[in-house]
Amino acid sequence: MLKCRAVWRKLAPLARSASTQCRHNVKTALNNGRRQAFVPATHMSTGPAGGGGSENTLYVVLVGAACLGGGAYAYMTVRGDSKRYEERISELASRSAKEAPESQPPVAPEPEEAAPTSEESAPVAELSGETESASAEEPVTETPPEAAEQAAPVLAEAEPVAEVPPEAVEEAPPVVEEAAEEPVTEAPPAAEPETVQEAPTEPAVTSLPESAPAPEPVSAPLTLPSHAPYLLIGGGTASFAAARSIRARDPGAKVLIVTDEPNLPYMRPPLSKELWFSDDPSVTETLRFKQWNGKERSIYFQPSSFYVKPEELTSAENGGVAVLTGKKVIQMDVRGNKVKLDDDTEISYDKCLIGTGGVPRNLQVIEKAGDEVMNRTTLFRKIEDFKSLDNVSRNVKSITIIGGGFLGSELACALGRRSSETGLEVIQMFPEKGNMGKVLPEYLSNWTTEKVKKEGVRIVPEALVKSVAFKEDKLEILLKDGRQVKTDHIVAAVGLEPNVDLAKSAGLEVDSDFGGYRVNAELQARSNIWVAGDAACFYDIRLGRRRVEHHDHAVVSGRLAGENMTGANKPYWHQSMFWSDLGPDVGYEAIGIVDSSLPTVGVFAKATSKDTPKAATEQSGTGIRSESETEATAVTPVASSTPAPVMEHKDEYGKGVIFYLRDKVVVGIILWNVFNRMPIARKIIKDGEEHADLNEVAKLFNIHED
Amino acid sequence: MPTIIEEGKDTIIFVTKEDHEAPSNAELVEEDPNDPYEERGLILPSGEINWNCPCLGGMASGPCGSEFKEAFSCFHYSKEEVKGSECLDQFRSMQECMQRYPELYPQEDEKDEKDKQEQATESGANAASEGQKDNDTTESEVKS
Repeated sequence: MLKCRAVWRKLAPLARSASTQCRHNVKTALNNGRRQAFVPATHMSTGPAGGGGSENTLYVVLVGAACLGGGAYAYMTVRGDSKRYEERISELASRSAKEAPESQPPVAPEPEEAAPTSEESAPVAELSGETESASAEEPVTETPPEAAEQAAPVLAEAEPVAEVPPEAVEEAPPVVEEAAEEPVTEAPPAAEPETVQEAPTEPAVTSLPESAPAPEPVSAPLTLPSHAPYLLIGGGTASFAAARSIRARDPGAKVLIVTDEPNLPYMRPPLSKELWFSDDPSVTETLRFKQWNGKERSIYFQPSSFYVKPEELTSAENGGVAVLTGKKVIQMDVRGNKVKLDDDTEISYDKCLIGTGGVPRNLQVIEKAGDEVMNRTTLFRKIEDFKSLDNVSRNVKSITIIGGGFLGSELACALGRRSSETGLEVIQMFPEKGNMGKVLPEYLSNWTTEKVKKEGVRIVPEALVKSVAFKEDKLEILLKDGRQVKTDHIVAAVGLEPNVDLAKSAGLEVDSDFGGYRVNAELQARSNIWVAGDAACFYDIRLGRRRVEHHDHAVVSGRLAGENMTGANKPYWHQSMFWSDLGPDVGYEAIGIVDSSLPTVGVFAKATSKDTPKAATEQSGTGIRSESETEATAVTPVASSTPAPVMEHKDEYGKGVIFYLRDKVVVGIILWNVFNRMPIARKIIKDGEEHADLNEVAKLFNIHED
Repeated sequence: MPTIIEEGKDTIIFVTKEDHEAPSNAELVEEDPNDPYEERGLILPSGEINWNCPCLGGMASGPCGSEFKEAFSCFHYSKEEVKGSECLDQFRSMQECMQRYPELYPQEDEKDEKDKQEQATESGANAASEGQKDNDTTESEVKS
């Protein structure tokens, strides 16, 4: 990792000096002809190695001359081309006036429209080539940015047009008016190729040098692609990680993400953590949060400029990632390799990833309780849920969170923090005895619960909800043991139901133990279909079959699926991790199977005030915790406006390591208030060895040090 | 001596700094450098570049991905005395591409690169500052 950075650091100055060098050369060359002013040789030597002296000057001269020559040639070619084009147009215009009526209307507007576009395209050296023969003049240009790089003219003939945009033909069958792609030679011109190969509705566009399809929509509605080489269903973390992986490995790959949400891919952890601690009142709009190093970032993985528009995906020369929002895939035809959307369009694919994640579970008693109750219940998962809960929390007096796991506890802490400012009552109820009862061993769960209480949350443990009713403007929650809780709003954080809607139509297996699509160790469900993220029940060759609902797993499995979609055939091997922060002095990172029903061995040291999540990032200088893990993971621990309290002497579980054992082998590890040691934990799990004395293993973590 | 408490199936051990002073005798399996499954860094054992390395961020996959790959590959395989000196074209086109997406490739990186240049320079600190000055003044001429 450091090596990458070092290499990149070396790279950057070279890039800088390279561009500086060239520009400088051209400038001086144009000014002084061939005579180069003495360029300080040190330009080149800001690179890693020292620079030579006089050789540099010569080199500089040659490079400058090459640039000058190339630039001049391109310029001349473009000028000549545009001149010839103008002549041709005027000739056609005069000729078409005598032509059959049906070809007239299209032709007349065509040249006019084409003319201005080509005007702009000409100086951009967009014309990638021409032949001498006037008739067969059909250079095909791609979208301007890419074409700008092709300095060398490419001879394009009539025939290649038939093949060249085969994608365009596929994309445009319903809409043949994409005139830009399909020039047709008109009757007389000498050459044979009557490239009238496209459909009759094609306006009789004569051999025009084309401009990019994008700037010349004319009257053609640009259509969505009907085929995507890589189709990713679902627009979450797993899909994004897969898209990135595919693009990295398959140059020029065209990736289409289809999501039923209106948003571009975003990361979920800040929705229940960092976004709640933001000072910005417009945070629900900007969705930006501040990391500990002061740097702000958006929850969106990438801004919209990163993506290609779906309509332009097929014709994009270097490919790209396109996101089709607001569309749901409702059916999958595995043998035909295509999917059907909810608006009846069909998209065929070569490789498909299912990253549909899941839907929050609800309590049956709430679903049966009627609209009044349902309207006052939030199932928290998406951006819109965050927005609505934020709004609600400002307008009600009491919120109850049902559920004591990660999401419930984090939201409870976030809202509890808010309660100190607004007087909001925050209640959390769950069937277990303490927070994170299914994850942490009992002693630690109790300790954690005390900490959550300190955040201002009223905890109602061992609570099984019997019924919920709306009475006297309040929600009345009746528990099985008779206790009653009155509140204004409910947040149900009781688990995730993996989304396996496509299983039936696709004929995919669903796992009965863990839920989700059953896939093999390489995350493959069937030929050409992979599943990643929350929805994948996969075979972990170290830990056995499982399904993991964590952010880092979505990243790791998405990346792996992307690799396998491009031919890697790697099993799930790099163990993903997860983390949680509950207040300023409880933070932990975990890896593997962390189930409180397993026997555990916890090794603890006395904590100092330096061992808090806040301190960990400040000290290491990384604004992103687990930056060393995956760069795409979200972010920092809890922002704390109050200084971390000094650990009390009796606070026994300040920091340490907890091992989870299965048949005497360590299958899970929690790093409790101990950070930046995940690689060791990962190694221990990977080894899968039986260790006689886990205290010795704990020594590897140096828990007493920072 | 570490304090050991048994609570049902859970064992709790409290250790002081002294308890952990002696080096661990836990045995770890030796790493196989040729493990095909292991996550790799930037450079694969074969010497090729791992474009999927998380350390690269989105560089190889974004809109300027192909330009970046070409530039970096050229640099990586360069055998010149000044590594990458024959790759100016690729770097130039990469930079041009990146300037078209300021949102994705923020220009604030220049500030970091200035620091890096300071470090990377071996011959003369003034070289770095001269390079930057030139860079800034010619920035406006980049349009193509």
